[in-house]
Amino acid sequence: MRHGAAMFLFTLLTLAACQREERDTRPQSSLGSGEQPMPVTTLEPGGQRPSASDNKAASFEANAFHLSEGKRLFSWFNCSGCHANGGGGMGPALMDQKWLYGSSIENIHATIRDGRPKGMPSFRDKIPDDQIWELAAFVRSLSGNAPSSAAPQRNDDMMPHPSENRMPDAATLGKSP
Amino acid sequence: MKQTAQSVVPCVDAVRTNRSAALRKRLESFSAALLLVCTPLLTAASEAPPESAISPPASAAPRDDGQWTMPAKNYASTRYSELTEINEGNVKNLQVAFTFSTGINKGQEAAPLVVGGMMYIVTPFPNIVYALDLTKPGAPMKWKFEPNPEPAAQGVACCDVVNRGAAFAGGRIFFNTLDGHTIALDANTGQPIWNAHIGNINIGETITMAPLVVKGKVLVGNSGGEMGVRGWVKALDAADGHVVWTAYGTGPDKDVLIGPDFRPHYDMDKGKDLGVTTWPPEAWRIGGGNMWGWISYDPDLNLIFHGTGNPGPWNPDLRPGDNKWTSGIFARDPDTGAAKWFYQWSPHDLHDYDGINEQILLDMNWQGKPRKVLVRPERNGYLYILDRTTGEVLSAKPFGSVNSSKGVDLKSGRLIENPDKKTGTGKVVRDICPTASGLKDWQPSAFSPKTRLLYIPHNNLCMDEEGVEVNYIAGTPYVGMNVRMIPGPGGNRGAFTAWDIAAEKPAWSLKENFPVWSGTVVTAGDVVFYGTMEGWFKAVSAKTGDLLWQFKTGSGIIGQPITYRGPDGHQYVAILSGVGGWAGAIVSGDLDPRDATAALGFVNAMKDLKDATTAGGTLYVFRLP
Ligand code: HEC
Repeated sequence: MRHGAAMFLFTLLTLAACQREERDTRPQSSLGSGEQPMPVTTLEPGGQRPSASDNKAASFEANAFHLSEGKRLFSWFNCSGCHANGGGGMGPALMDQKWLYGSSIENIHATIRDGRPKGMPSFRDKIPDDQIWELAAFVRSLSGNAPSSAAPQRNDDMMPHPSENRMPDAATLGKSP
Repeated sequence: MKQTAQSVVPCVDAVRTNRSAALRKRLESFSAALLLVCTPLLTAASEAPPESAISPPASAAPRDDGQWTMPAKNYASTRYSELTEINEGNVKNLQVAFTFSTGINKGQEAAPLVVGGMMYIVTPFPNIVYALDLTKPGAPMKWKFEPNPEPAAQGVACCDVVNRGAAFAGGRIFFNTLDGHTIALDANTGQPIWNAHIGNINIGETITMAPLVVKGKVLVGNSGGEMGVRGWVKALDAADGHVVWTAYGTGPDKDVLIGPDFRPHYDMDKGKDLGVTTWPPEAWRIGGGNMWGWISYDPDLNLIFHGTGNPGPWNPDLRPGDNKWTSGIFARDPDTGAAKWFYQWSPHDLHDYDGINEQILLDMNWQGKPRKVLVRPERNGYLYILDRTTGEVLSAKPFGSVNSSKGVDLKSGRLIENPDKKTGTGKVVRDICPTASGLKDWQPSAFSPKTRLLYIPHNNLCMDEEGVEVNYIAGTPYVGMNVRMIPGPGGNRGAFTAWDIAAEKPAWSLKENFPVWSGTVVTAGDVVFYGTMEGWFKAVSAKTGDLLWQFKTGSGIIGQPITYRGPDGHQYVAILSGVGGWAGAIVSGDLDPRDATAALGFVNAMKDLKDATTAGGTLYVFRLP
């Protein structure tokens, strides 16, 4: 564990030393969303196929700029009204390890784009596709699924919970290794 | 006291004999008959009560027939039963008579109804209605009705997907669905008679309240104060469901049904189109003022009384002005909806103090003069006594910890806000008491004319608030406030207080670990019943508050207890157990306690509820051995 942390720090420092992350100055903002269908189950009759990964996923997932934009949009589009700051309310908690419709960034992107039947609205015509990716990446950071070097830090506002870059991975939370 | 009650008997009997005949006729003629028979008798019945007597008007609280046909028991909303078989001495022997699983793991806030040999319950979403046959052993199901509401409605219900109950009148069961329908069922067969679609979930509108049937009209209001939904109350014709009138909670006078008959007591409520002019331009269209709580009815005055919910958004900086007609109370003519008077509990509400709690209609001597009053334990923390003919405030005393205001100015009628606790954009204000959920939320109180005490189930919580910017997007929340709640002074998050109405002070108060989110019922046997969020169903002495009996149900209790005389002539007590509601959303919605702002901040005060109870809806019915 300690070894891992040291390694991590080291990588971090090296990374920080060589170059700032690359970022698009402005994400693609035209309306319209990707149409890639996403299964919401791992059950696949006839054997599991490798899940399709969207090539956008990687470029958004570990990117500090996109994550912080995602955080801003999470309030801006009233996600926070239904999901609070991840703990949930009218909608389910997003910071825990329980996922109704899949935990991958592609799944979450599809959830936001297409909506879900028990009350998750479809934001297809409200949010440009790249911003949906930003939101999806931020949602994953709530359960500790974003590099702490990229996830948002302390709020200027009332702190609802430890900042996203300090969130533990919900999947291993409270479980012995 | 006794005399008044006795002289009403003929009236009740007349209604009973009329009932079977009226079933076949149209509903209006039934209620007309009721009025004709009752009115002369009631005038004859008004003999001078003793000086200290406090009792509901007989016309609004007829002699107990052992049934429970509306959640509030009667139009005066006393939730008082005259049954005495179960009393202070023997309540300790209560046993389970039968149970019934509702099959729904969400908050069960409804009151069961008992009519003749039948019991009716309505569940939270998906709002199934069950009819149980009390004449048979174990009360088997006679029919059930599944309205199949839109699943998407669950996403726009602010605080769990609750339903507060149905109402019975003229052989029909009336109830509301979360996705905005009011439905009339044949009480015998469960067959739908009409189905009126009056709410639109796509703008965030839902219905959670229990309807009230008055003079052949079904009164219904909408929820959605957290979604920028403009509030309304509608009267639907009980015969066919068509909308007779609609009274909005904001907007121009003609929409609010304010006309020449409108005579508010205080200057602050006088003027033209205040529902428009006390808002920033157009903000009234998305300003809340919803009616998701309780309605009372005074047949003598021919007035209904109902509150209005909080203004939207919560962040007060975004809506300068008094925000009429939110967080207040209206008296209206039930025939036309025309407003008679209005009083605003919380002008320019700062803390989500909805004004929709129950109002108990009582007649009492106030400072030597007989007055027709309305008693309201309000969300902002005050126990108000209003003259129900005029809307004048006679008294407003805090019934728990309040620091968000410093009292009510009885001259101007205005709540005196505490500037230290004023919230706004970008400002974190700490330790505001009571919370957004109020010193008391929807959970209805009960009044006993024997003890002259009002039994109030309530909260004891405080909160930190921070106003934030918010965009209006139809069908999504419109709140603009970060909230986190904490236990109030003393650490007990709930209390059950018996309030001495005449003395304007508590007679006794019990502490509870969790908010007391259940309703209550009091009986002539001097027993009061209420439930806790751990799942205890308790009977305490109406005089002293001493715990007489308790039973641990399967899940936390947030429902409304009732008591009735069964077909075997014995007294029963019934309660729906099943945690949820705003306070219990952490369990029913499986929310994450690590986020202090989850469930609009309530989760922060309820972190340990998941360790104390689990979800599950069950009806429990008790009787003596
Ligand atoms: C009107 C309330 C509401 C709003 C606004 C809302 N959600 Fe949801 N959300 C829900 C509900 C309800 C569900 C659960 C749907 C279901 O179970 O079918 C949900 C589900 C989700 C899920 C899936 C969780 C899982 O376990 O698989 C994600 C991710 C999500 N929402 C993210 C967002 C984001 C990001 C936004 C803002 C763009 C947003 N939501 C806005 C109500 C809302």
